[in-house]
Amino acid sequence: MLKAQGSKLKTTTVKQFISFVKKEFFHIWRDKQTMFILLGMPVIQIVIFGFALTNEVKNAKIAVLDNSKDAATSSLIAEFNASRYFDIEKDLTSYKQVDEEFKKGTIKLALIFPQHFNEDLTHFNKAQVQLIADASDPNVANTLTTYASAVIMDYQNRITNNRKLPYTINTEMRMLYNPQLKGAFNFVPGVMAMVLLLVCTMMTAITIVKEKEMGTMEIILVSPMRPQVVVLAKAVPYLLLSIINIITILLLSVFVLELPINGSLTLLMGESILFTLVSLSLGLLISAAAGSQQTAMFISLVALFLPTVMLSGFMFPIENMPLPLRTVSNIVPAKWYYTIVKSVMIKGLGLKDIWKETLVLFGMMVFFLTMAIKKFKIRLA
Amino acid sequence: MRTIKFLLQKEFRQIFRDPAIIRIILIMPVIQLIVLPWAADYEVKNIKLAVVDQDHSEYSRQLVNKITSSGYFNLAAYTASYNESLRQIENDKADLVLQIPAHFEKDLVKENEATLFMAMNAINGVKASLGGAYLRTIIQDYNRGVRSEWIQFPRFSPETQIEITSSNWYNPVMNYKYFMVPGILVILLTMIGMNLAAINIVKEKEIGTIEQINVTPIKKYQFIIGKLIPFWLIGLLVLTIGLLISRLFYGIIPAGSFLTIYVFAAVYLLAVLGLGLLMSTFSANQQQSMLLSFFIMMVFILLGGLYTSIDSMPEWAKWITRFNPVSYFIEVMRMVVLKGSSLADIKFHLLKMFGFAVFFNAWAVFSYKKRS
Repeated sequence: MLKAQGSKLKTTTVKQFISFVKKEFFHIWRDKQTMFILLGMPVIQIVIFGFALTNEVKNAKIAVLDNSKDAATSSLIAEFNASRYFDIEKDLTSYKQVDEEFKKGTIKLALIFPQHFNEDLTHFNKAQVQLIADASDPNVANTLTTYASAVIMDYQNRITNNRKLPYTINTEMRMLYNPQLKGAFNFVPGVMAMVLLLVCTMMTAITIVKEKEMGTMEIILVSPMRPQVVVLAKAVPYLLLSIINIITILLLSVFVLELPINGSLTLLMGESILFTLVSLSLGLLISAAAGSQQTAMFISLVALFLPTVMLSGFMFPIENMPLPLRTVSNIVPAKWYYTIVKSVMIKGLGLKDIWKETLVLFGMMVFFLTMAIKKFKIRLA
Repeated sequence: MRTIKFLLQKEFRQIFRDPAIIRIILIMPVIQLIVLPWAADYEVKNIKLAVVDQDHSEYSRQLVNKITSSGYFNLAAYTASYNESLRQIENDKADLVLQIPAHFEKDLVKENEATLFMAMNAINGVKASLGGAYLRTIIQDYNRGVRSEWIQFPRFSPETQIEITSSNWYNPVMNYKYFMVPGILVILLTMIGMNLAAINIVKEKEIGTIEQINVTPIKKYQFIIGKLIPFWLIGLLVLTIGLLISRLFYGIIPAGSFLTIYVFAAVYLLAVLGLGLLMSTFSANQQQSMLLSFFIMMVFILLGGLYTSIDSMPEWAKWITRFNPVSYFIEVMRMVVLKGSSLADIKFHLLKMFGFAVFFNAWAVFSYKKRS
């Protein structure tokens, strides 16, 4: 008798849960603009950023101040023009113009030949070239100087007819995983983490706070539903939407951005769903803490967006950061997911190599979820 | 004029009523500006090197010493076999493997030629290509040393040699923070301004107070101006705080004048806020406008040239950045702060920004309908 009652109670809870999930679906379904943004946004982002985000330097605009104007300088300038790293934007006539052009921001590097370049080279076997880089971006300056030196060195080697010298160390370099050195290999896993985290967190956070703001939360809370069930039911539709997003993102990465999936697809999906769950739990936690949609949005956007971009490791290498930040980066969920995606998708590793990262994500999920349910108040102020 | 004054009073009251928002507006930029620039360093260094030394000779030891003392490479491990070191790359324990084959020294001295094998994790293409270039330079340098041990070169170089002197202007110490801080400040300013504006009108729609305004004789443009000015002032305040922090924490003193920065920021804020208000008039609820502004902001920021140089983007992406107010402001901030560009240098940027401001605000006024 008692047992039957218990199971009946259970079925009603399940029924309630299902009908609640349905209600949430209707909410989302009704708002076509939001639906469109939720499903379309990740697509656009992956495509735009997959192609456009690269920290490779190419076609940098440079200026030439040729005080010599002879055969050697013109063939060296032609070398620069042919290189894919440089575009010659300006021919300067005086040294003063270098500063002017830098200030206008038209060029990144100036290449300066002194007078009698060719003469020096043929008579004394020695000539000089000056490179001036706009180091307001130290990184680009450094890279451009390195590449420009390489172009000049190549030219020099060619005019010495590639004479074979004794005692030569040859080097053979293999580029693993990404022989074409494509930027997408590094950025796409990062963008995946960013898009999933932000969409899930923000959406769940806002939808609950919205009910608080509109007053409909009170109606739900006086119903016989347990508050924990209410909270979970809110998250389910977004989980399903996120799974659709994961699938489209993966399809785009493979067919449009031509990234490989070297590891197991099932594992990749599983890890992605785990990461989505972490984001959803984080969203629930934010919603429990925030009083208005505006606050919820600010926390989930401004407090999550920049740290995610900067501390997850896909923009800036974590090993370059000072120790406190390296420590902080460990609490950024996207960092762990980024490592997982790189390992599974590109390196083709299995679960035994990423169990640590998986465990961290799982721990985060449990932590956020417990906190969220604990903080979720039955009574509103 | 009086109408606008009353509207302003109302707006300020509404803003200050929510202490959470005030805290977020003022404290968050401060914290982020203090913390984040320390993270923004993608100079290629700290490359983790695994060495497979199968030669165990004097030369191989010298070579490894020379590489690790260059400052770019950290010796992560000595491994016994090539395959073992590949495992270390898989686990991210190493980025680069250098294999010194057996008889390296003997081959070099007796056969006049020896080969080193390297393998690099190239998922991050830039790190791989620059790291490889560094390593090759070091090896060449080492090679020259070995050669001079064995051959006495004549006093005048028989080889042709082009000497390269390079100099770095505007940031000779190559401090990456000088570059990042002005950019991050722009991003924070944009996020706060655009978000506040984007949810503002729509919030009035949601709670119904917009109806009350619609039945008053307030003109459309007055309403928009009333919304614009408070956020504009908050934006300038955030900018001032940000400039103070960059002065106090990073010692950044703009090479150009503050006037240039403020003039441009004033116009910039009008443009960004106008865009935010425009999104707000388009959306039916806060959720929609937040998502919309999030999406637009993400594109603006990531394509803004803060993290990755616009020059290296494909043509179509460069074309997008021409319509991106954020990229103009980041560029202008860096030009003024680092190179000391004057108003005359940035006049075209300013003109375009002015165009954005007029366009977005006019559109916002136009699309705000007094009937629902």
